[in-house]
Amino acid sequence: MQITTRLTALLLIGALQSSYVMAEQDAATNMLADTCVACHGSDGNSVGPAIPSLAGMSPNYLIGAMLAYKYDDDEDKLESVIDSDLDFEDVEAFPRYSTMMGRLAKGYTEAEIKLLAHYFSNEAPVRPTQAFDSAKADQGKKLHDKYCEKCHEDEGRFADDDTGVLAGQWKPFFLYSMHDFKNGDRAMPKKMRIKLEEMAETDGPEAIQELAEYYSSITD
Amino acid sequence: MKKLNRRDFIKLGGGSIVAGTAGISIPNIAIGATKKVVVIGGGAGGAIAAKYLKKADSSIEVTLIETNKDYYTCFMSNEVIGGERKIDTIRHTYDGLKKHGINVVHSRATDVDIDGKMVKTESGDSFAYDRLVVSPGISFKWGAVEGYNEAASEIMPHAWKAGSQTSLLRKQIESMKDGGLVIIAPPGNPFRCPPGPYERVCQIAHYLKHNKPKSKILILDAKDKFSKQGLFTQGWKARYDGMIDWVPAADTGGGVTSVDPSNMTVSTDFDEYKADVVNLIPPQSAGQIAITAGLTDDSGWCPVDLGTFESKIHSGVYVIGDASIATGMPKSGYAANSQAKVCAAAIAASLNDHEMADPSYVNTCYSLVAPDYGISVAAVYRLAEDRSKIAKVAGGLTPSDASADALKREVQYAYSWYDNIVADMFG
Repeated sequence: MQITTRLTALLLIGALQSSYVMAEQDAATNMLADTCVACHGSDGNSVGPAIPSLAGMSPNYLIGAMLAYKYDDDEDKLESVIDSDLDFEDVEAFPRYSTMMGRLAKGYTEAEIKLLAHYFSNEAPVRPTQAFDSAKADQGKKLHDKYCEKCHEDEGRFADDDTGVLAGQWKPFFLYSMHDFKNGDRAMPKKMRIKLEEMAETDGPEAIQELAEYYSSITD
Repeated sequence: MKKLNRRDFIKLGGGSIVAGTAGISIPNIAIGATKKVVVIGGGAGGAIAAKYLKKADSSIEVTLIETNKDYYTCFMSNEVIGGERKIDTIRHTYDGLKKHGINVVHSRATDVDIDGKMVKTESGDSFAYDRLVVSPGISFKWGAVEGYNEAASEIMPHAWKAGSQTSLLRKQIESMKDGGLVIIAPPGNPFRCPPGPYERVCQIAHYLKHNKPKSKILILDAKDKFSKQGLFTQGWKARYDGMIDWVPAADTGGGVTSVDPSNMTVSTDFDEYKADVVNLIPPQSAGQIAITAGLTDDSGWCPVDLGTFESKIHSGVYVIGDASIATGMPKSGYAANSQAKVCAAAIAASLNDHEMADPSYVNTCYSLVAPDYGISVAAVYRLAEDRSKIAKVAGGLTPSDASADALKREVQYAYSWYDNIVADMFG
């Protein structure tokens, strides 16, 4: 009887201690995430009109973005940071332009960036209602199916393969991003460059706007 | 083996874990666990503190005492003055906070019984607390500029607390004749929203340029330099060249020292100026309740522990936002938001008898030079090891060579900043 009691007590303490460690980690993560959400929306769902939502993005995508902001366009540095951390094995960081995140990302360590990425990744995305041109959105869907769906699966909702979530992202942010890709202010995978060039050639300059109308029309 | 007592239980886990250990009897676990927090002031700091306390521990009873039923944000109020935005778009209510289970009381907190741990309100009620958060914003030092009192502010509005003062200044700018002179007199440091007066200059200039192009703006500053100065100066030259004249304190012997509302004149030590509209932003101190409760020091602001925002004068009382001396951080809306979250975490930890996470702070602040021209400053901060400072670890300004496209994006991001911070406060 006494042994049982002591065993129960021991198990209990073990459970409490591990829960406590978890609670401590949660508290540390919340402390960091709290600094982001006044701009990126509670739980990473921005209420717009331009600051992007982070909820439901893949951790590797978010880590890649933050590392790119943190190290600007120093690709050697980026590569060495990614190589030196086992958790970054599957992270691809493409240099990307920002107005503000380049200033802020430098304030977070790699370990903190990981915590933040997992936090926002675990939040369910809420796709907002945005104004869109339905004729253009219809055209955009065709373009998406032809050029984008292969990587940005499920109408741009799928995140598990570490591509960016496009469905329901804020329209101005999508347009800024495409502008930056085109200008070379944001790097992209070779596959994507080829598709974008093909699209520009075949479908003209309106194609980007049509895609923007399409992705912003997705609310589910 | 260490004996497990009630205190250890609370230390180890808190309520939710105990609830999960069914079958083990832990007597009296809830006894003495009253967790009452009163928050005074429902602005950028107080609204967030109330909400995040509930978020951290829903068993905390949170009462928010706020005078006004409608809250007008100071942020974006300069757009109202410039006519780019209607005042209703910066008006918010407390319905969202009530839905989080926060007891919202609309009355003015008039006194704090520190020993009895009780807040008294104008309505004659008393509210007991285990921890008190004071987030009262600023009060004005009436009379610090000779002749400038509350009555004078109805003729020469400060518009430094948003609401009727914002509308009044807007109305005056709107009814001013073309060729009129607007004088803006910003105070010396420290004061609420350091870039605010200069953004206001931009917004007024934008309106005048398109509606009353012969008008001028004269800034009689009580300082020799100001926030985002390089960027503002660049913006003024690019968009409002010849319209704005900034006069540093050195040229006037310290800025405006007296006003005469009946003649619409303001005076420095050297000169007297007559204007059509005067926006006098007076020197400030912590909000009145912080002064009444004895939370301020000789500076007129509240010294706090920078890792928790607990008052250095009265334990168990926390001061956040503009009223606090948050060494290293500016008096801004986002800073108040960030401080409120650190403070809520500190209070939740202290009520549950565990350690709080290492504090992390951010400030982001946009200023709108024109509808397609935004600039910003941003920083990430950590607590200095000796707790003497909230130390900036990263950040900076919009680069001075930012492209027109980047400046345009910053406007859209500024609007997003606004919508999200307001949703964070009141949603």
